[in-house]
Amino acid sequence: MSSSPKKKKPLEKPQFLSPKHTYSTVTDKISSIVLDGKIHPGWLLGLGISFSVLMVLMTALTWLVIRGVGIWGINIPVGWGFAIINFVWWIGIGHAGTLISAILLLLRQEWRTSINRFAEAMTLFAVSCAGVFPLIHVGRIYKAYWLFPYPNTMGLWPQFRSPLMWDVFAVSTYATVSLLFWYVGLIPDLATLRDRSTKKIPRIIYGIFSMGWRGSARHWFRYETAYLLLAGIATPLVISVHTIVGLDFAASIIPGWHTTIFPPYFVAGAIFAGFAMVLVLAIPLRKFYGLEDFITIKHMDNMAKIILATGLLVSYGYMMECFGAWYSGSRYEQFMILNRMYGPYAPFYWALIFCNVLTPQVFWLKKCRTNQVVLFVVSIIVSIGMWLERFVIVVISLHRDFLPSSWGMYWGTKWDWATFIGTMGLFFTLLFLFIRVLPMIAISEMQVLAQETKEEHEEKSKDH
Amino acid sequence: MSAGPEVKSDLWGILAEFETPEALVEAARKVTKAGYKRFDAYSPFPIEGLHEAMNFHRNRLPLLVLIGGILGGLAGFGMQYYANVFSFPLNIGGKPHNSWPAFIPITFELTILGAAFAAVFGMLALNGLPMPYHPLFNVERFALATRDRFYLCIESRDKLFDPDTTKSFLESLKPHGIYDVDR
Repeated sequence: MSSSPKKKKPLEKPQFLSPKHTYSTVTDKISSIVLDGKIHPGWLLGLGISFSVLMVLMTALTWLVIRGVGIWGINIPVGWGFAIINFVWWIGIGHAGTLISAILLLLRQEWRTSINRFAEAMTLFAVSCAGVFPLIHVGRIYKAYWLFPYPNTMGLWPQFRSPLMWDVFAVSTYATVSLLFWYVGLIPDLATLRDRSTKKIPRIIYGIFSMGWRGSARHWFRYETAYLLLAGIATPLVISVHTIVGLDFAASIIPGWHTTIFPPYFVAGAIFAGFAMVLVLAIPLRKFYGLEDFITIKHMDNMAKIILATGLLVSYGYMMECFGAWYSGSRYEQFMILNRMYGPYAPFYWALIFCNVLTPQVFWLKKCRTNQVVLFVVSIIVSIGMWLERFVIVVISLHRDFLPSSWGMYWGTKWDWATFIGTMGLFFTLLFLFIRVLPMIAISEMQVLAQETKEEHEEKSKDH
Repeated sequence: MSAGPEVKSDLWGILAEFETPEALVEAARKVTKAGYKRFDAYSPFPIEGLHEAMNFHRNRLPLLVLIGGILGGLAGFGMQYYANVFSFPLNIGGKPHNSWPAFIPITFELTILGAAFAAVFGMLALNGLPMPYHPLFNVERFALATRDRFYLCIESRDKLFDPDTTKSFLESLKPHGIYDVDR
């Protein structure tokens, strides 16, 4: 044993799990959240509030079906309103989940392990919320299935050359693949829950969904291949989805939309918004369920860095929009930028700059990256900022286009707001149900991490 | 040892329990060396090198995923080609019916979808899941296979299987416990 006091090693690997955990403590800790059978009053309160908000959505949708899209604020210059803003916002939030689970898996980033499960769940629920909007904005919800290519009696096909049609395929593929990815990740954990639960009914239900998984080495071998391949194909998929959302705009000729920066800029914005939402969820979750050992300050730090990096990418996008307008020499583009900055919606634009460009800069400081309160507040501000970004893009470009005679103003009505806030109810209801019935951290992956952490720890103590 | 008709048909296999992943890998290596073919190891998480220790290297999944992706892509492009060239040709601004660049996004998405279905359902099919009943679940302690214990089971359908010699062979591996697995 060396006599020198513990010096800080320069290249020490950061700890994502405290070494006191072994695979059995990890399993017990995570599965007990689901299996202890106790209903936490805080959880019940959260579910209750979310569920009431979900009922607001149901009311708004019912009224929409009865009265039609006239109850919304959309009008003739601004034919796209809250529906598309909210759609892009929600689908963007979903992207961080896939990014964490797929790209960070491929890059062998260990720190993803303790956050990937609920980030994937977040993706699924965000995509569900996003999916509501394209369905309802078609006006006749009961005919939304016309978007799908199926042999119909009219012999008609959807217009495959339209970016909106590409969206249908991109979003439904994204939802399906996210669900498969999530479910495949859950199978071994469902088997753990099946074996750990003491009551009959949960045992049967978990038994059905774990499909008889028993951890055979041959099964694990194929399972790991399947999981890696899924991650490999989900990575281009996630980028393609928001690229296509960007193309919805870029393929048009409206000033402010017709720019080639849109696809990459939208993808960066999606990751930006998504990581902010992961933090918004992770900070309270680790607090209430005592998961500080699993979701460490290092995780927070890493996510804050990603928010900072993508925030800078998004800021570059804003700069390029101004530069593109000036450099193109197009009067309409130039007017559009000036109208953004000084027109009737100018407060929205400057609020957006404050939220998305200025606020994330606090993450240059380590003190802010590791402070729970700062992280939480900044994440909320970023989420609002990303919503404003879509508002600015959609509404400001449409409300004053080429002809002053066709100008107009747009404001969301109470039904617009009810629908938007209602989808948050849907999101949080699903989330609260999820954390109660399924493990919110991937047990088998944490066991691998526990094993590795233990080995490293043993080696390190041997050195001393 | 003759490979005659199975006498003890109620015995599915013999299960040995280990406490660490290292012990399991070591045991799997020895069982392979002894010439057993019909055996399997069970663990709560994937263990590096275990499938190699079991001499199990073949994995047809990547090929399946490739085929799934190609079929999905062909279906996607074929659908759009059929719709726009044969089923409902429309002349819009003199553009060709087969305006393939516009078909790429949907083709790409369906390629991914085909590959993802192949990966998930291929994995399940090759693994023989879902399997609602399996003899191993008859052993009560096997429930720990998803928590913190590691198991190795030699199945009675193996040619070398003999209840007594196999059991004493497994005992020589110094397991934590040995259990008979009823059918």
